[in-house]
Amino acid sequence: MMESCNCIEPQWPADELLMKYQYISDFFIALAYFSIPLELIYFVKKSAVFPYRWVLVQFGAFIVLCGATHLINLWTFSMHSRTVEVVMTSAKVLTAAVSCVTALMLVHIIPDLLSVKTRELFLKNKAAELDREMGLIRTQEETGRHVRMLTHEIRSTLDRHTILKTTLVELGRTLALEECALWMPTRTGLELQLSYTLHQQNPVGYTVPIHLPVINQVFSSNRAVKISPNSPVARIRPLAGKYMPGEVVAVRVPLLHLSNFQINDWPELSTKRYALMVLMLPSDSARQWHVHELELVEVVADQVAVALSHAAILEESMRARDLLMEQNVALDLARREAETAIRARNDFLAVMNHEMRTPMHAIIALSSLLQETELTPEQRLMVETIMKSSNLLATLINDVLDLSRLEDGSLQLDDETFNLHALFREVLNLIKPVASVKKLHLTLNLAPDLPEVAVGDEKRLMQIILNIVGNAVKFSKGGTISITSFVAKAEYLRDAKTPEFFPVPSDTHFYLRVQVKDSGSGISPQDLPKLFTKFAQNQARLAARSSSGSGLGLAICKRFVNLMDGYIWIESEGLGKGCTATFIVKLGIPEQLKESKFLVLPKVPGNHVHANLAGLKVLVMDDNSVSRAVTKGLLLHLGCDVTTVSSSSECLHAVSEEQKVVFMDICLPGMDGYEVAVQIRERFAKRHERPLIVALTGHVDKMTKENCMRVGMDGVILKPVSLDKMRTVLSDLLKHRVSFEAI
Amino acid sequence: MDALQLKRQLITFTELLFREGFLDEQFHQLQQLQDEKNPNFVVEVVSLFFEDSERLLNELAKALDQQNVDYKKVDAHVHQLKGSSSSIGAQRVQRVCIVFRNYCNEKNVEGCLKCLQQLKHEYAIVKTKLEALFSLEQQILAAGG
Repeated sequence: MMESCNCIEPQWPADELLMKYQYISDFFIALAYFSIPLELIYFVKKSAVFPYRWVLVQFGAFIVLCGATHLINLWTFSMHSRTVEVVMTSAKVLTAAVSCVTALMLVHIIPDLLSVKTRELFLKNKAAELDREMGLIRTQEETGRHVRMLTHEIRSTLDRHTILKTTLVELGRTLALEECALWMPTRTGLELQLSYTLHQQNPVGYTVPIHLPVINQVFSSNRAVKISPNSPVARIRPLAGKYMPGEVVAVRVPLLHLSNFQINDWPELSTKRYALMVLMLPSDSARQWHVHELELVEVVADQVAVALSHAAILEESMRARDLLMEQNVALDLARREAETAIRARNDFLAVMNHEMRTPMHAIIALSSLLQETELTPEQRLMVETIMKSSNLLATLINDVLDLSRLEDGSLQLDDETFNLHALFREVLNLIKPVASVKKLHLTLNLAPDLPEVAVGDEKRLMQIILNIVGNAVKFSKGGTISITSFVAKAEYLRDAKTPEFFPVPSDTHFYLRVQVKDSGSGISPQDLPKLFTKFAQNQARLAARSSSGSGLGLAICKRFVNLMDGYIWIESEGLGKGCTATFIVKLGIPEQLKESKFLVLPKVPGNHVHANLAGLKVLVMDDNSVSRAVTKGLLLHLGCDVTTVSSSSECLHAVSEEQKVVFMDICLPGMDGYEVAVQIRERFAKRHERPLIVALTGHVDKMTKENCMRVGMDGVILKPVSLDKMRTVLSDLLKHRVSFEAI
Repeated sequence: MDALQLKRQLITFTELLFREGFLDEQFHQLQQLQDEKNPNFVVEVVSLFFEDSERLLNELAKALDQQNVDYKKVDAHVHQLKGSSSSIGAQRVQRVCIVFRNYCNEKNVEGCLKCLQQLKHEYAIVKTKLEALFSLEQQILAAGG
């Protein structure tokens, strides 16, 4: 029986086979559809990064529902209930809804997903680029390192050969070159000679002319230039490889001798000398010159140039130093020889000085003695001639010896206090006889402000004045000779004729100016400059008289004047018009105030009244019995009341206010006369009670004098003392004591 | 011989002594110091000199005879002798003393010994001469001059 059921009839008749296939397919589809989400979930769970989970969920739902649909479809192949149909419908509806939603979602999602892909690609490209740049930087850094290392190697030596050899070796190593060669310009500059190579030990002197086009090309640029391997500079060894010789690069190396240069701008001079460095890559390696390698080569070439210049400069300076050392040695030798010569000369002079003067003096002395005896007129004449000649000879000898001592500076002035007025008077006295014979009138003018006493070398000053006045007398036949002398004031000192002479008077010195005018034969203008040169004689003057001097007189005068910080010059209006000789010398002002209290052998015995010495109580301390007795006798003779002691202790014991003067010998070894003086001074506080203390000593020198002054002694006397000296000293002592009390 | 001749002899002798350098100006000074108050001044001083010199010469001989010569002491003695001789004007003796002192400074024992010999020699001579001088003077006095 056919029941009416709510079953739905399938659309098509049940075809068993097709049905079966569909049935199976649906089953598998459902299976797949159910497993896909499971797989998705599983893998998504595994991956950490997946931002679109909702999409997955939707997709999963869509797939599950699709699967469910197909699964449920399985039941519709046969007769199925309405429930199944309902379920099937709801499943389909649901699936439709979800799939539409998913479809809509995907519109948004897919562009995003695609863009992710683009970004990924972009990043990959960037990474590749960075990689490339890293590679580049690394290469550059390595190059830099190589350059530094090369430079260090090159610059660690200052030897030219080492520099060049090292360069080639290091370059060869760094760049893995097959061959590296250096061509240096020859002396002529017309050829390049192969000087160094990397692998050949002793390069045979290959030369190439310097004006090849390839060489010019390289020399004209400061960059490394690729050249053909077949060019003459590159063909230095037989081809090693079978196919292709490696690429060749050449660079110029400037050879400089400049000491300072900027690396970046070599001055482009046309006369520059260059060397050529040729670098060859290994054959058959298909390697190419990279930019950074070329840069390396250029930098190295520059460094080499610098290093070579330094080496050249060093060579130069070493040579200069060696030369200097040689010169120094030679100079030293010359100096020592000169010193030896001077010493020998001085020794000779010293000996000759004495040796020559002794017989001279003997001759002069004996001839003068001879003159005193009874002589016939002829004999007298002969003796006079002998006298004159020997005097002249003595003067000559003295002059020569003086001059040679003056010349090498060994002459020193003997400065002492002397009477200036007296000096001039003596000059006058000496010259008067000669002058009167020649009927010359002598006048002497001393300025009123000319000091009476001065400090200087009296003997030599006299020599200067005598020489000049003597010349004036010698070269005049009549008329007047006037000697004027005054203190040179500042205005007069800046004379137009003495432009180089700037004397400066001071408190301790003054400048004496002496002018000697004669009306004699004069001097022609051309002879004026020669006057002070030794041995040069004035021709006119020679003719004017018979006798001759050594010609040294004025030269010696000039030297002496110079030694005295002065200046001497001669003026003449011409021949026959007389001449004027003037000189200025520096003299010291004597320290009269200091010396007044201190008596040391008063040279200028004044006309003072001798004080009354009778009964003067004096004490004499001397350990030498003879000296003591003599001094005592002296003082007794002068009328003093003398007490004698022989030791310092006795002296201190015996000294009292009664004694007015104490004489003590201070050159006693052991006994300290100074100490006694100090003690006496201390004992007698009041000045007028204190006895005057005078030192007796066998020698008076500056130190002794200073020591005496220091301890406060009142005088120093040189033993042995003469009667007059003692009298004068005592009088002066007493006189000054009185004057002290008046202060 | 009468006083006048003796006096002339004295003068000649004295001049000789001066010329030959045995005595110098200082001796003359000593002679000037002799007066009525001090009639025998010269003789007294010269006798003192003889005593002093003999003592010093002995000391010097002793000092230089030592193994280790004490040059300071030697120098001190020579200094004394120099002082005495210069006080009476015994020029030659004084000169030798100066040279002696130089050798002392150089610590040259050979030189010192040489100088000592010279000193003794010179001293002997000057002593003889002075004694002769004095005896002449005595004779003059005796003859009534």
